[in-house]
Amino acid sequence: MTSAPPLLEIRDLHVRFAVRSGQVHAVRGLDLAVQRGEVAAVVGESGSGKSASMLAALGLLDVNATATGSVRFDGRELLQAAPSVLRGIRGGRIGMIFQDPMTSLNPVLEIRRQIAEAVITHQRVSPRRAESRAVELLELVSFPDAARRARSYPHELSGGMRQRVMIAMALANDPDILIADEPTTALDVTVQAQILDLLRSLRQSRELAIILITHDLGVVAGLADSVHVMYAGRIAESGPVVDIFHRPQHPYTAGLLASLPRLDLPDRELTPIGGIPPRLYEEPVGCAFAPRCQYAIAACSESEPMLQHVNESLVACGVLPMEETTTEASR
Amino acid sequence: MSLLSTEPRLLAPVSQRSTWKSPWKRVTVIAGLIVAAFWLIVLITLPWWAPYKPLEAVGTRLQPPSWHHLFGTDALSRDVFTRTLYGARQTLPVSVAVIVCAVAIGTILGSLAGFFGGWIESVVMRLVDVTLAFPPIFLAMAVAAALGPGLRNAFFAMVIVWWPIYARLIRGQVQAVKHRDHIQAAESIGATRWRILRKHVLPLSFTPALINATLDLGQVVILTATLSFLGLGAKPPSPEWGAMITEGADFFYQWWIAVAPGIAILTVGMAFNFLGDGLREALDVRAKR
Repeated sequence: MTSAPPLLEIRDLHVRFAVRSGQVHAVRGLDLAVQRGEVAAVVGESGSGKSASMLAALGLLDVNATATGSVRFDGRELLQAAPSVLRGIRGGRIGMIFQDPMTSLNPVLEIRRQIAEAVITHQRVSPRRAESRAVELLELVSFPDAARRARSYPHELSGGMRQRVMIAMALANDPDILIADEPTTALDVTVQAQILDLLRSLRQSRELAIILITHDLGVVAGLADSVHVMYAGRIAESGPVVDIFHRPQHPYTAGLLASLPRLDLPDRELTPIGGIPPRLYEEPVGCAFAPRCQYAIAACSESEPMLQHVNESLVACGVLPMEETTTEASR
Repeated sequence: MSLLSTEPRLLAPVSQRSTWKSPWKRVTVIAGLIVAAFWLIVLITLPWWAPYKPLEAVGTRLQPPSWHHLFGTDALSRDVFTRTLYGARQTLPVSVAVIVCAVAIGTILGSLAGFFGGWIESVVMRLVDVTLAFPPIFLAMAVAAALGPGLRNAFFAMVIVWWPIYARLIRGQVQAVKHRDHIQAAESIGATRWRILRKHVLPLSFTPALINATLDLGQVVILTATLSFLGLGAKPPSPEWGAMITEGADFFYQWWIAVAPGIAILTVGMAFNFLGDGLREALDVRAKR
């Protein structure tokens, strides 16, 4: 890694949702840095705070949520930024695509007009120019017969095609970062591969940094440079993709990998992680993963472990260093 | 090009869903369409072919219906048939204007309330609640009486009665639409709140208002006539349906004077009800099946 300042740097981010029965502390002090051109995967179960932290960074949280901490993008603080500044960055320098392309497009607008809207919002161009730019963008995302099908309505397109439209919209103003919130979750497996290929080629051709939010480790392996495993609103382990997959240090990471089917080890038993993630209505005492952790010791339920360096990674675990045998077992 | 082209039909029709569920529905909608079209044509072309003038005295007063005077003549020996047709030129434009203004005001205030919430919503919706707490006819009468009789004041009175219905309707729709995923997607490309409201929320919220407007048109026609009947709308010499019924009410045995404008009100009211029903069937997802 270079020593240049990161393009996006999240420091001690907290997100709290006010709900009827009190408060849900969904993100509890997240640290995350993404370099220019880097693909960073944020991995975790549902409710681990992956999406909430990204929405917080862009100021897209619902009104019942509050975000504190710091999100710096290219040297500029986003959390306290004025709405107009945020609007300029959203869709301009940071593009975002969502999980469900079936519902993320306006059903009553032609897709070329929706893409053109992204262009017009950030650039002083004529509507005609914006629409021809929309066709170029559709070609960029390998949309077949783009010139003609740019006049389609969303309901005329398949899920994969709609996700391409979403990506085209996100790329309309040549952003530095693309935040992809589970971009393939709602798609067929074959289409997933196409979308991932597309993201990979876009990343190479335009030096695009990508934050890939996912719970699918298979998606991560093929695309990401670094992996950030989140658990209960915090980083459990983060490091280069090779280290995470081959030398997981945190029992949770190891558990995730052990629950993943492997083509090269067809006879291996899948080992699910027992229990459920904590509900964040009340603050967990000690390590949030301790109740589900087979290696937990008494100290785990007393104080929350800090992130510490292990090899190339940062790991938050109280029983470090894990014995070599456990990492072997997870292979 | 082979006979069996493998090229996919990219823009195939979504579905040829059958819009009309029952033949009876189809009959009523077509009837409504015909009647509405008839009155529209009458409204526009009447001056060129009307048998008499609406204020012209033609021969003997209180003549019963005949081939010369299809609905007889009234107390001032004017042709009732001509006056009834001319009534369309009074009632229908006012009714349409009432609906257009009520929909416009209701849409603007309702969408602001639903989209932005907060104090805007509180102010608008309390105003709506207060207005809707009164029975519409009494409120319209009270306002019209306060402003003084006349078709123009009746128009204002009816707009005041009707806009809250649309404000409430649109607010509910906007609240439902604004939480959809594609609204967040539009935010993620940096679109402003205003733009999102205009381009992404309103077009998807407007259909129920359109259906309701068609249904309400019949109601407004009746209310216009009612206000005139009570002397709060159009004033006597003018051939307004409600005012004509008032005049006819004095002559019990000369039934045609009141019945002719009554039939006019009946047909217009039914026509718009049928049309609105058909429109609902065709456009409203919830009314299907």
